Amino acid sequence: MGNWIINHGLTSFILVVWMAINIFLFVWFYFFYDLGDQFFYTRHILGSALAWARAPAAVLNFNCLLILLPVCRNLLSLLRGSFMCCGRTMRKQLDKNLSFHKLVAYMIGLMTAVHMIAHLLNVEWYNNSRRGVYDGLSTALSDLEDSGNTTYLNPIRSTDIDAQQTPTYFVFTTIAGLTGVIITLALILIITSSMEVIRRSYFEVFWYTHHLFIIFFAGLVFHGAGRIVRSQQTTTPPHNFTFCKDRFAQWGRIPECPVPQFAGGFPQTWMWVIGPMILYVCERLLRFIRYTQTVRYRKIVIRPSKVLELQLVKNGFKMEVGQYVFLNCPALSQLEWHPFTMTSAPEEDFFSVHIRSAGDWTQKLISMVEELPEGAQGPKMGVDGPFGTASEDVFDYEVSMLVGAGIGVTPFASILKSIWYKFKDSNPKLRTRKIYFYWLCRETHAFEWFADLLQVLEREMEERGMGDFLTYKLYLTGWDQSHACHVMVHFDEDTDVVTGLKQKTHYGRPNWDKEFEQVRKENPTSVVGTFLCGPAALGTVLEKKCAKYSDVDPRKTKFYFNKENF
Amino acid sequence: MGKIEWAMWANEQALAAGLILLTGGIVGVAGQFRGWQFAAYGVAAGVFVCLLEYPRGRRNKGTSVERTGQYCFTVCVKSFGPLTRNYYVRAFLYAGVCVPGGFMLATVLGCVCLGIASLIYLGAAIRGEQWEPILPRKETRKPVGESIKNPPQNPPPRPPAEMRRKRAEDLEGAAYVNPISVTANE
Repeated sequence: MGNWIINHGLTSFILVVWMAINIFLFVWFYFFYDLGDQFFYTRHILGSALAWARAPAAVLNFNCLLILLPVCRNLLSLLRGSFMCCGRTMRKQLDKNLSFHKLVAYMIGLMTAVHMIAHLLNVEWYNNSRRGVYDGLSTALSDLEDSGNTTYLNPIRSTDIDAQQTPTYFVFTTIAGLTGVIITLALILIITSSMEVIRRSYFEVFWYTHHLFIIFFAGLVFHGAGRIVRSQQTTTPPHNFTFCKDRFAQWGRIPECPVPQFAGGFPQTWMWVIGPMILYVCERLLRFIRYTQTVRYRKIVIRPSKVLELQLVKNGFKMEVGQYVFLNCPALSQLEWHPFTMTSAPEEDFFSVHIRSAGDWTQKLISMVEELPEGAQGPKMGVDGPFGTASEDVFDYEVSMLVGAGIGVTPFASILKSIWYKFKDSNPKLRTRKIYFYWLCRETHAFEWFADLLQVLEREMEERGMGDFLTYKLYLTGWDQSHACHVMVHFDEDTDVVTGLKQKTHYGRPNWDKEFEQVRKENPTSVVGTFLCGPAALGTVLEKKCAKYSDVDPRKTKFYFNKENF
Repeated sequence: MGKIEWAMWANEQALAAGLILLTGGIVGVAGQFRGWQFAAYGVAAGVFVCLLEYPRGRRNKGTSVERTGQYCFTVCVKSFGPLTRNYYVRAFLYAGVCVPGGFMLATVLGCVCLGIASLIYLGAAIRGEQWEPILPRKETRKPVGESIKNPPQNPPPRPPAEMRRKRAEDLEGAAYVNPISVTANE
């Protein structure tokens, strides 16, 4: 239980606060509309459907405010930088921005459904009331015209249209109705194209359809402009509804009951969303400015197994370890930005990315680059970033466990290189005393470019007598019979047959219990940070192990889990 | 966007449309709206669309992810053969099914969503996509290791017969004991 608090406490707290605000808004506005005197006459026609429509509207206002914030990645980077004083746990919450964005989106979807159903009921009942189906008071209220010295309550004014089509006609001829339908449609398209299946396989569909949010927010801001939710205004002499509700035939003819006046509420949604909308516009502007800055190619290398290494130089570009950038290549696609973790260290005067062929965009890029002559500049590239993720925190932990699966090893390439440079310069910022590195990979080919790096590091460590600073274990999960034979034959050799490194390659998946036990034994009093860049399934396993092997006692070993996500 | 299978998105959109049509229909019937008959139609159409769309089709490239418990639905949908395999049929079917939803407010949104799904399916059909069921493939038994099929042709290597024979001067050192004593010239 204590371990759960350490690893998930702050996240749960934030979620509880968010949910509490939602519930508060819902209940507050529900009772505001359900008990407020100024809505007595409105409620007479609509019943509690009025409150059931207005309460989710308030929750929607709040969540539409929130939804734009987690995707302003430059703002988040800024927050991360200014939170350097506030401890790791706070900054870790910023890792989960996408999950929060999705959660808020679900809430928006749910509340839209409730809001829409309540309004379906409202429109139907307004329609019936207008046609005199209900009692005398309802009919009298609905008859109030919008002319001269009377103001209307029932927004359905004309009765010429066929009674069954009136609701549809009403919805499509009022601002609120039309914007409502359009933005709900936009929302549905956004949601269906954001399903995991579509997002993971056809990113472009997801990305382009998601831009319908522009229509969503535009419609949302104007949704209340028609002011059709009417409340009773004070008149002179005052109209007391308790007394006058039974005397509707005499309104305007007896002094106690003048004709009641109604007015619509001032539209408020824009007040909620204008701030985040401006922040988001600034965010996109910043991305555009970055895109226009010149990026030069220092070197282009095509690695085995269809991995492309690009070394780029950009004025004023400063990075930290394990950060990522977004790349845009107008020659391939004008609008697409794709994230790549940087594989170079901040100490170098360039930044590099290793790009694997994984989809349309990457494949086209690799084939385009393959056809370039030697030494030529690559296609024009826009770079946005760098953006920070958990890897920045690696040096804060005394002991770090780095786990990279397949191409997920890239942020750790940056970290290991940075360690090498910091060591050479004896940089005091390096709090890390010990690093355990686990690389899981299916096949040997992808090892090559990284194996070179490890060989260099190995040599340097030995030269300085710091052999036990870095412990690395390589796991080949896709081995077969021929591998096993090959290894058996070369068993006695000093270096590993696959990678040429001193450390032998392990076969199969790591036994995490053993690994965590070993780390705990060798570091009995430390805070250990576990960093993963790889599949979610592995993340769940590691998270559980971190929780299992952490001790609530602050003097003993504690494991913190950090995950990269794209 | 060359490799996109539009049918995947059309499927999500149609499923959502079915649910929306169903919800709108339920509200219309439960609230006894004017034109509740259209709402009742919405309920039926919504259920039909959901049942038809629930089983995901197999993707041409890449792994297909099934929805939970879709096996029974897959079998049902598959049994209609070309009617369900062809996306032109689906596109025009949905275009037709969605029209009555437009006659009543509660089902209008479902109608429009289904119309959009129909358009995406039309796009998928034009690109030649088809609905293939996701069914577990018959496992081909891996052939048992080759060595078992071919028994060894030769006996195991042994030293020649003269060396194997028990030597008179070294009876204790022999590898076997004779059940019947053997002496020369008896």
